[in-house]
Amino acid sequence: MLLPFFEWCESLWLGQAIVNSNWLFPVIEAVHLLALSVLGGAVFVVDLRLMGLGLKSRSASELWGAARPWMIGAIAAMILTGVPLFLSEPIKLYYSDSFWLKMTTLPIAIAFAFTVRSRVTTNAVRNTARRQMLVGALSIALWVVVAAAGRWIGFS
Amino acid sequence: MSLLAFCEWLAATAGSTALRESLFMYPLVESTHVMFLLLFAGLTVVWDLRLLGLGFTTVAISEMNERLLPWVRIGFGVMVLTGVLLLYAIPVRTYQSVWFRGKVIFLILAMINIWYFHARVQPKCGEWDTAARLPWLARRAGLASLILWALIIVFGRFIAYNWFDCDIQPQSAFVNWFAGCVVATD
Repeated sequence: MLLPFFEWCESLWLGQAIVNSNWLFPVIEAVHLLALSVLGGAVFVVDLRLMGLGLKSRSASELWGAARPWMIGAIAAMILTGVPLFLSEPIKLYYSDSFWLKMTTLPIAIAFAFTVRSRVTTNAVRNTARRQMLVGALSIALWVVVAAAGRWIGFS
Repeated sequence: MSLLAFCEWLAATAGSTALRESLFMYPLVESTHVMFLLLFAGLTVVWDLRLLGLGFTTVAISEMNERLLPWVRIGFGVMVLTGVLLLYAIPVRTYQSVWFRGKVIFLILAMINIWYFHARVQPKCGEWDTAARLPWLARRAGLASLILWALIIVFGRFIAYNWFDCDIQPQSAFVNWFAGCVVATD
């Protein structure tokens, strides 16, 4: 059912242009990687704090407030670069387990950051150290799965 | 013994061959290198944004130094370890890669930038530890760091591409010189 859509994607000019170019894919992917670095920092600063590590003198909600614009910008950049990368090889990705793992975990990781994790950074009484630690660890685990699956696409 | 000859000797060792030809060890080492980029480069970006006054401006420089940098160093340690293994797995091609050589140059510059900041700029942070806008030398260190690490990451990624490989002649005179290609002269 999805296959016709992926086949249509493969016919688009943007993907074709990337396929026919020596350098477009590498350059777009390099920007994808730079945005990943920013995302990693935004994620780790908050998750380390939630686990009681790192910048302990600042509150988790303060660090989340500071990190949030950078996290949003980085995700936007990764999607903006990710779509052309996808368009350059849709059929290969259709049959890639790593691709599907990444694409299902990614929205979960994003939603998690802006709902459960966002709520746990406040100093409400229910946000015990243990709960914060669990959420921080889970957040890191989710993003590691997304990144690792993304890298593994390249191996298939 | 020239560096190239040393790399050729390395390539012939059992360890190098095993790593290079293994089905999963090389991908594992390389994936670890990329994954720890999230920690190392990520926290470096946070640190540089603070220096530039673009983000996290409520955090004191001294706290960044004491509480954030240890994690940066852990990440850096893993990057160096996995990076050395990657070089050891494919010594000759990597050694003769223009992208690897550029990456090494930028790494050296990045280390100098870090040393200079910690040795000459940061000791004076008593006056501006909690300031949102820092002195020019601190901001310059953050800017230089961002630019250099971005170049290091991009150049590192491009090592995999064979556009300027010595094996694929003809290359321009500049590439042949910069990469240290041994080109047959008839």
